[in-house]
Amino acid sequence: MSIFDAIFAKGSAGRTPILPRETVTGSTLLAVVAIMSFLAALTVGAVRIAQISVNEWRGELANEMTIQVKPAEGHDLDVDVKNILETVQRISGITEARVYTKEESEKLLAPWLGSNLDLGALPVPRLIRLKLGDQAAISALRAVLDTIPNAALNDHRAFAARLTAISKTAALAGFLILVLVLLATVLSVSFATRGAVAANRPTVEVLHFIGARNSYIASLFQRHFFRVGFRGALLGGAVAVLLFVIFRFSGRLFGAIAGPGDAAFLLTSFNLDWRGYFEIAAAVLLTALVTALGSRFTVISTLRNID
Amino acid sequence: MVRFENVGLRYGQGAEILKDISFSVTKNSFQFLTGPSGAGKTSLLRLLFLSLRPTRGLISLFDQDATRLQPNEVAAIRRRIGIVFQDFRLLDHLTAYENVALPLRVAGRDEASYRGEVVELLGWVGLGERLDALPPILSGGEKQRIAIARALIVRPELLLADEPTGNVDAPLAKRLLRLFVELKNMGTAVVIATHDVALMDQFDAPRLVLNDGRLYYDR
Repeated sequence: MSIFDAIFAKGSAGRTPILPRETVTGSTLLAVVAIMSFLAALTVGAVRIAQISVNEWRGELANEMTIQVKPAEGHDLDVDVKNILETVQRISGITEARVYTKEESEKLLAPWLGSNLDLGALPVPRLIRLKLGDQAAISALRAVLDTIPNAALNDHRAFAARLTAISKTAALAGFLILVLVLLATVLSVSFATRGAVAANRPTVEVLHFIGARNSYIASLFQRHFFRVGFRGALLGGAVAVLLFVIFRFSGRLFGAIAGPGDAAFLLTSFNLDWRGYFEIAAAVLLTALVTALGSRFTVISTLRNID
Repeated sequence: MVRFENVGLRYGQGAEILKDISFSVTKNSFQFLTGPSGAGKTSLLRLLFLSLRPTRGLISLFDQDATRLQPNEVAAIRRRIGIVFQDFRLLDHLTAYENVALPLRVAGRDEASYRGEVVELLGWVGLGERLDALPPILSGGEKQRIAIARALIVRPELLLADEPTGNVDAPLAKRLLRLFVELKNMGTAVVIATHDVALMDQFDAPRLVLNDGRLYYDR
């Protein structure tokens, strides 16, 4: 007896099922539900990963700000930067203030202006990166910078808002995909159930004539299809989880071998947390339930037609 | 218990196959339903166990209007009726024992509570040694007896049997008839559809004769 049979064994031992197993097709439906469940789990996991990444980035952005110091006529940019740095370091709530070196600025501008850059020949603003321990420091910071005409504060709010929008869009897209996957599952199950009811029509008629309620007959089919749905959903979900685990360890491997490169960053981004795995488990259970309920409603509607 | 008033039945747009049928079945009664082949006996039985709805007239079953029943009410009424089909309608993948026990299993009863009854009834119809046999390996007569046992196991208030002795030899037919009479004496209303005149002659009971879609009494 497999673990599934142990879980779903019904009635007293040795009793023959009222619906003969061979007339209720399962293998094709099992494959369909497994694929649907895999897609559902993949979607749920991907949405969760997107949310984790966005939350991390948003968290970093919320505690980080940049002061942009523009070159001004009659001003020595290096002196201006040094003065501003000393001023902001005195503001309570700012835990770290660091001037981007010329090399770092060159690196930042390289994608747009190319390497081999001589910043001295260009009126390139200098950047001071701040880390905030307390958001209350922002107002004091603004008050200080308002007195310095060639300095501006960039608090990344626009970028953070965009990240929020991306996160919401990803969640909505994921939800829509999940709905479509579940709908496709219901339709597949509905077809399979109609076939099973048609194959078992003589049995269904006998059950009717001896006084079985429609709900009883539906529960016989529902039990079978929940079993098929649960197996399929578990299989699909397990493959999806395996995929996420492989990505996670591949990311660590890449990180160890290749250092913090783009590939390693991409792969480590596939790091699913416990909530993600829990959501995948919920998607698996939902797929199995949808399979069972889909079959139940189909049987009841078919039985009404028989009546 | 059962009352038909001016009941008519037609399939689709075809001619009426049952016309102005009026009769009643009372508790503790026994009647034969007879007539030539194609006279509508099976259709009348199907009206009686709610497998068909009349195109006109009134059918009252256990004081309920049969045309206004909800699916669950139909199921509840069917549990009070035992039916023996002409073509047996046994489930081929269930054993003789499981076929007979099916109505009790569907009613949600625990197997321990009915096993003795089922075994005893199968013994009574002469199949005590064939509890585990599957219908495909049984003879027509054996299948018929299982079908009868399945109808009787719920101790129905109304027993409907369509040619219940069509596949058994004369001694067994006589024995089954005795069983039906015994049921009648215990309070069950029995309606047996048959065109076996020899069988009907063995027991003095009213005969409902169907001819050309109309019902006549022959007492």
